[in-house]
Amino acid sequence: MKDIHLIRLRVNGREHELAVEARRTLADMLRDDLGYTGTHLGCEHGICGACTVLVDGAPARSCLMFGVQADGAEISTVEGLADGEQLSDLQQSFSDRHGLQCGFCTPGFLMLAEGYLAEDRPGAAGAEPAEAEIRELVAANLCRCTGYQGIVEAVLATARSRRQRAAGAQEPR
Amino acid sequence: MTWVGASVPRKEDQRMLLGRGRFTGDINRGAALHAAFARSPHAAASLGPIDLSQALAAPGVVAACTAADLGDPALLAVLERPEFVPTRLPLLAIGQVRHVGEPVAVVVAGDPYTAEDAAELVAVDYTAQPAVASLDGARAPGARPVHDGPAGNCLVDLTMFDDDRLPGIFATAPVLVGGRLRSGRLAALPLEGRACLAEWDERDGQLVMHVSTQVPHQVRSGVAQALSLAERQIRVIAPDVGGGFGLKCVVGREELVVAAMALRLRRPVRWVEDRQENLTASFHGHEQCYDVRAAFDADGRILGLAADIDCDVGAYSAFPFTCGVEPLMAATELPGIYKVPAYRARGRAIASNKAPTAPYRGVSRPQLVLVMERLMEKAARQLGLDPLTVRRRNMISPGEFPYTGVNGITYDEGSYAESLDRAEKQVAEAGWAAERDRLRGQGLRAGIGYSCFSERTAYGTPVMSLRRMRMTPGYDTASVRMDPSGEVIVTTGTCGHGQGHETTFAQIVADRLGIDPGQVRLREGDTDLASYGWGTWGSRSIVIGGSAASRAAEQVAAQLRAVAAHLLEASAADIELAAGTARVRGDASAALPISELARIVHFQTHRVPEPLRYGLEARSSFDPPGTFSNGCHAAMVSIDVGTCEIRLRRYLVVEDCGVVINPMIVDGQVRGGVAQGVAAALLEQVRYDAQGQPGSATLMDYLAPTAAELCPIEITHLETPSAHSETGAKGMGEGGTIGAPAAVLNAVNDALAGTGTSFDHIPVLPSDIHAALTGAARGEGGTA
Repeated sequence: MKDIHLIRLRVNGREHELAVEARRTLADMLRDDLGYTGTHLGCEHGICGACTVLVDGAPARSCLMFGVQADGAEISTVEGLADGEQLSDLQQSFSDRHGLQCGFCTPGFLMLAEGYLAEDRPGAAGAEPAEAEIRELVAANLCRCTGYQGIVEAVLATARSRRQRAAGAQEPR
Repeated sequence: MTWVGASVPRKEDQRMLLGRGRFTGDINRGAALHAAFARSPHAAASLGPIDLSQALAAPGVVAACTAADLGDPALLAVLERPEFVPTRLPLLAIGQVRHVGEPVAVVVAGDPYTAEDAAELVAVDYTAQPAVASLDGARAPGARPVHDGPAGNCLVDLTMFDDDRLPGIFATAPVLVGGRLRSGRLAALPLEGRACLAEWDERDGQLVMHVSTQVPHQVRSGVAQALSLAERQIRVIAPDVGGGFGLKCVVGREELVVAAMALRLRRPVRWVEDRQENLTASFHGHEQCYDVRAAFDADGRILGLAADIDCDVGAYSAFPFTCGVEPLMAATELPGIYKVPAYRARGRAIASNKAPTAPYRGVSRPQLVLVMERLMEKAARQLGLDPLTVRRRNMISPGEFPYTGVNGITYDEGSYAESLDRAEKQVAEAGWAAERDRLRGQGLRAGIGYSCFSERTAYGTPVMSLRRMRMTPGYDTASVRMDPSGEVIVTTGTCGHGQGHETTFAQIVADRLGIDPGQVRLREGDTDLASYGWGTWGSRSIVIGGSAASRAAEQVAAQLRAVAAHLLEASAADIELAAGTARVRGDASAALPISELARIVHFQTHRVPEPLRYGLEARSSFDPPGTFSNGCHAAMVSIDVGTCEIRLRRYLVVEDCGVVINPMIVDGQVRGGVAQGVAAALLEQVRYDAQGQPGSATLMDYLAPTAAELCPIEITHLETPSAHSETGAKGMGEGGTIGAPAAVLNAVNDALAGTGTSFDHIPVLPSDIHAALTGAARGEGGTA
């Protein structure tokens, strides 16, 4: 007997209502029921992070959550980062610094980094995050192609430019 | 200005970054069924009746089959040599299982959850047998045979280059070094596991398969062989592929079973491997053992080398390469960059009750480089010489290329000495020695290690035919076709999966045609579009596929020049193609856009003479003897004497892959390769217990490196152009993985100086360090 629940959630700002089996993972629900196939599954046991999405703004392994747990939540996936065809600063930085090769793990790293950057608050205006801090962040997920250097550089560059922009915006006019 | 040599941004990036990559699991087929496999829980067992009734009765299950139901289809990979024992690879086991995870039955259902549940309902009557779970166990006298027939579980036994002077050399040489050197079993671990979607196309009378593979044509050949179809009845498409590293350059049983089920049911069937299947039931590699002796003279020059090389190849020969790929490469290429005057090697493939093996990145070269670099270090230590001096005295030197070694291999021009010189200079300039001393002053152990190597890349049939594979790979064919708008479609038999082929092939073709890379589209990985080709592995694509594309593009360029010459009333020899324009050299006014030439050839073809009419297209093939890239790696590690943690501190690479097509992409390949090589030295190991049960079935147990285990990798390029490619490029997909283990192991041993222990195996783990620091491991390093 299948245990079906009716849930509502928003994905990248769009409202969805669907019936989902209780045991269905958030990742499978996003990919197969709602068509957000940018979220990938690399291990299905919470280690590799390819399936990372933002749940109410915080990075989460969508393979370790059930879809029903996202009832009422705001989910962000890789499909929501760009403005149409225009890459976000983070996405562009990944391309500029060769932070991806096969591209399978990339959505997870983008969402991991986006979650970090969204709550990145510089202590002193314009202060730069350390390479070690970004490397530790990036160590949450696995990439088998790049050796991580391009990923670390891309996140670091985006963190710096966003802090500079934030600092600039805070200056008195 | 040329596009070749520029860090052109990758065409692949946009779709990947937008989340619009199309991997096999992403392809939407609303009505697709899903396959799951019942797999053996035993390493070795005889197989009684298989009861599918409960699985078939489960709601949502559409079909379930055993080998018998499918007619016992199988693959057979063959080396045409008397020293080779072929092993039939059944798609589903029948009568006998030979490793944990071997597929026994397939269940097909409407969704993957149902299929996986029902696969657990397959009831199998196993009678467990003792497992052959280690190299030592497999070789032992009286070991149980994994397959009926071969003694000592030996599937390949090849003695090469035997030299009867060696006993005399070993009897009289001033210095003898050697020992037993071992490397652990590895998983290639692409982030996307294997995957397949097969569907019958009634209109074309074709089985269409989307497969996460490096070798679409070989998958097609494998399906044709196993299911008795003509090759034209199968179309294999590799969509975006999430990494391969060799695991996907062989043909998997599951993909073929999925094909069989799609044929049988006439409905789309999909299978997406999970990580446990990937770690236990796909393919492994690199579990090797070298018993080596080397003789040196008093100046540190090598006099003779003898090696007995055993590779634990697991339960079966993978199609099409066979289980001979590791021992044959190891025995053939062991001397590497060093001038070895007398050589003997015996290479064996030993079967065990473990998952079969595929040619994982580097194949046997990470190990053979490790062996040679350890021998150089050992000889230097015995002689009290600088290890880099000993290397220099033995390596093939400038002026000696092309050099034909004792192993019959001809090494084309390389920068062996220069790359070592540059690495040593950079290590000195960057103050590594002072940093090592500073770390030592802080109570850590710290060490620096080097490795020097070359790698044969782009094996064409002139070289591959020496292995005597029934299916001998090596050539590739490209077509180049310009459309009426002046844009170009290139097809090749290569199959990129992260290497940026769409970008680099476009750079090569754009240069030949005088157009922008944005106007060139590469279509690869589709057996209906491309001529028969051999995919992407063995650092072959840019040399073989790229040269074929370059040649075909050059033919189209000649067509364009002839058309322009006719329309501009000039000589074709005076036409140059650049920046989208065909112009007469020295006459600024005489020019036509290339797109206008393309328009005229197609839409007003009557305006050009007969031989130039009806299109702009060409086809060309390339089949080189192979070309050697080379490099030198240096690594610094520190060891925490309390926790025994080994930390990578510094890493630099001097590499020479000939003409660099795209420096950004080359650097990415090097860094990713180094990460895998470092992990092979310090982290990763597929483990089995004495019963053949896998102990590394999750990523909690199989330790792939994260960013925290790595450090920035500095890269310097040298460029010795290859004479064996159209662009001067050499292959470079594997060098990072090949050079890193030896550099890291030498650094660890440098850090352990004074403990009386040096290690000759990888991975070196904290438990090894603990043994070394407490004296428990003394003597492991063999002679010297």
